[in-house]
Amino acid sequence: MLVNQFLLLAAILFCIGVYGVIARRNAVLVLMSIELILNAVNLNLIAFAMRNGSPDGHTFALYVIAVAAAEVGVGLGLVLLIYRNRKTIALDDLSEMKG
Amino acid sequence: MVAQNIGFGLIALVMIVGALRVVTTSNVVHAALWLVVVLSGAAAQYILLAAEFVAVTQVLVYVGAVMVLFLFGTMLTRSRIGRETDLNNRHWKWGIPVAVLLFAAMALALVSSFGTERMPEDAEPVPVQAVSDQIFGPYLLPFWALSFVLLAAVIGAIVLARKD
Repeated sequence: MLVNQFLLLAAILFCIGVYGVIARRNAVLVLMSIELILNAVNLNLIAFAMRNGSPDGHTFALYVIAVAAAEVGVGLGLVLLIYRNRKTIALDDLSEMKG
Repeated sequence: MVAQNIGFGLIALVMIVGALRVVTTSNVVHAALWLVVVLSGAAAQYILLAAEFVAVTQVLVYVGAVMVLFLFGTMLTRSRIGRETDLNNRHWKWGIPVAVLLFAAMALALVSSFGTERMPEDAEPVPVQAVSDQIFGPYLLPFWALSFVLLAAVIGAIVLARKD
């Protein structure tokens, strides 16, 4: 197995996630794209842990998983609150803070 | 080694197709289910990379908990479960060149710095004990900070979602 095959797979997933964040209008779908990005980073961490033969990458991957779970919890709480107040979660309708 | 590469190729193909469907499908529930495919594929890659504990945690936390959260979020913020026509914003086409350029830059950097470097052939699976020695040894302070992050997130989510 090459090191690069895992890193390139992670790069592809990362770019698909970036495209999703840019293109999507629905807030839940943007959160899903952010999950894709975080998974790409985790894949990189685990690949480098195997390459270097040390469990440091595993520790960081576990921390990233925990932070991602917290992020999804708070993010969906925010989306629910926006939906309750505005009856929409389309991100381009939320322009109050635009200068 | 050949079997590992075939396994990697199949799982990678499934993951890329799933990820593309997540960002292109016109149904939010389908997007969540395709995301399950991608996350399970990532767990399979972790097993291929000898990271069993992270793979099990991935299945428990992502495929189990996070996906239920997403489905609840979909259910609570939408009146109907089905196709929608306006899931993309007006400038969605800008995302394609940005993603392609980003991938070109990353692929160039990766190929030029790692080339055809190989993974160590005799890698043993990392035991859970080694990971826990890391967490409760040199990385104890981030672990404490993380527990406060989770506590703050739980309280924050309750405060945000509570009906006044």
